[in-house]
Amino acid sequence: MIALLLRDLRLATRAGGGFGLSLAFFLIVTVLVPFGVGPEGGTLALIAPGVLWVGALLACLLSLDRIFALDREDGSLDLLATAPLPLEGLAAIKALAHWLTTGLPLTLAAPVLAVLLNLPSEGFGPLTLSLLIGTPALSFIGAFGAALTVGLKRGGLLLSLLVLPLYIPTLIFGAETARRGAEGLATETPLLLLAGITLGAVAILPFAAAAAIRVNLR
Amino acid sequence: MLKVRDLGVSRGGITILEGINLTLASGAALVLTGPNGIGKTTLLRTIAGLQLAASGTALLPPEGLAYAGHADGLKATLTVAENLTFWARVFGQDGIGAALTAMDLDALADRPAQNLSAGQKRRLGLARLLVTGRRLWLLDEPTVSLDAASVRLFAEAVRSHLAAGGAALMASHIDLGLGGAATTLDLAPYRSRLPEPGQGGGFDEAFA
Repeated sequence: MIALLLRDLRLATRAGGGFGLSLAFFLIVTVLVPFGVGPEGGTLALIAPGVLWVGALLACLLSLDRIFALDREDGSLDLLATAPLPLEGLAAIKALAHWLTTGLPLTLAAPVLAVLLNLPSEGFGPLTLSLLIGTPALSFIGAFGAALTVGLKRGGLLLSLLVLPLYIPTLIFGAETARRGAEGLATETPLLLLAGITLGAVAILPFAAAAAIRVNLR
Repeated sequence: MLKVRDLGVSRGGITILEGINLTLASGAALVLTGPNGIGKTTLLRTIAGLQLAASGTALLPPEGLAYAGHADGLKATLTVAENLTFWARVFGQDGIGAALTAMDLDALADRPAQNLSAGQKRRLGLARLLVTGRRLWLLDEPTVSLDAASVRLFAEAVRSHLAAGGAALMASHIDLGLGGAATTLDLAPYRSRLPEPGQGGGFDEAFA
C-alpha cells in the first residue's frame, strides 16, 4: 500500500503528472475574480470565502478523472486487481494520494491567495482549517465518482455531473465555516458538520469505489 | 495447482465458452489455442477473477496468481527499475536484479519506460512476472511484439519457472519450445451454441 502511495505521488510530480494543474487553476480563479467583480474591497471581502471554496472545489474536480482512468488505460488496474491488495485499500490509497497532490496544496495556497480577495485577517485561520478538514471529502467522493466512470472513454463530463451534487454539502458547510470565521462568528457547528461529512466519506466510499471498480473491470 | 471445473465464461452478457475442465499441476504449462474471438482472453480473465464465471468454478492456489494481460501496466514517466520495483513491492517481494537480467533489461534499467520500444516494454511487462513470486502464471499472448531472441529469453524464463515448481496457463499462437512440459488445449470444442436473439445484456446484468 505504501508502495502504491509513493508511486502515485511520484507520478503526480513527474512531467505531465497534473500536480500543478489544480493549483494553477485555483490561482487563475482567485486572480481573475477581482478583475471581474471590481476592485471594491468590501464586496471582495464579502464574497472571498465563497469564491475560495468554489475555486478549490472546481480545482479538485479538474484532476479527478485521472485517479483511476490512467491505470485503466495502461492495464495497471487489471494487474492491481489481481495483486494481493484489496481493492478497497487501493481506492482509499488512490483517494489519499489525490488529496496529498491536490487538496493539501490547495489548502496551503488558500491563505496566500485569500490576500488577493481581501479576506479579513480573522478569516484566514477558519478558511485554512475548513479546507484542511473539507478537502479530503472532495477527494474521497471524487474517487468514488472516478471508480463509477472508469470504464468509459472520456468519462470526464459524466464524472463531473455525478460528483457535483455530492460536493454540495461539503461546499455549503466549508464556505459557511470560512464566512463565519471572516465575520468573527463562532465556527464550531459548520466545522463539526464538515468533519462529519469527511469522516463518513473516508469510512464508506472506498468500499463503494471498490465495488464500482469490480463491476467496471468485467 | 489450478483446478477448473465445468467453467463457462461470458462476454458482453453472452456465454461464449462452456464446460471447460482443466487441471494444472506444478511444473506444467498449458497453452490455450483457438481462433480470434473464441474467448481465450475472457477465459484467462475469468480464471484470474477479473470477471465472474457464467457457471462452474476455478480453484486457485491460496497465494493467488500473477496475471499478464495485453497491456503491460507500465508507467511511462517511471524508469524501468522504478516500474519493476513498484510491482515487486506490491507483491511483497524485493530484489529486481534477477528479473532484469533474465529479460535482458540491465542496460535499460534507468531509462524512462516511455522511451522503450514495443518489444522492450513487453519484456519489462514479462519481467514483472518474475518479481511477483507467484507460482501460477496466467499469460495472455505473452510473445506479442517480441523478436526471436526475446522469445527465446522468455521461453527460458518459463522453463526455469516450471522447473522451480511453477505452472503457467497461456494463450499463445507460437510454439515456445517448452517440450514435454507443455500441453495444448484447443478451445474450439468448448464454444457454446449461438444464443437466442435477445438473450443477455439485460438491465441488471452489471449487478449480477
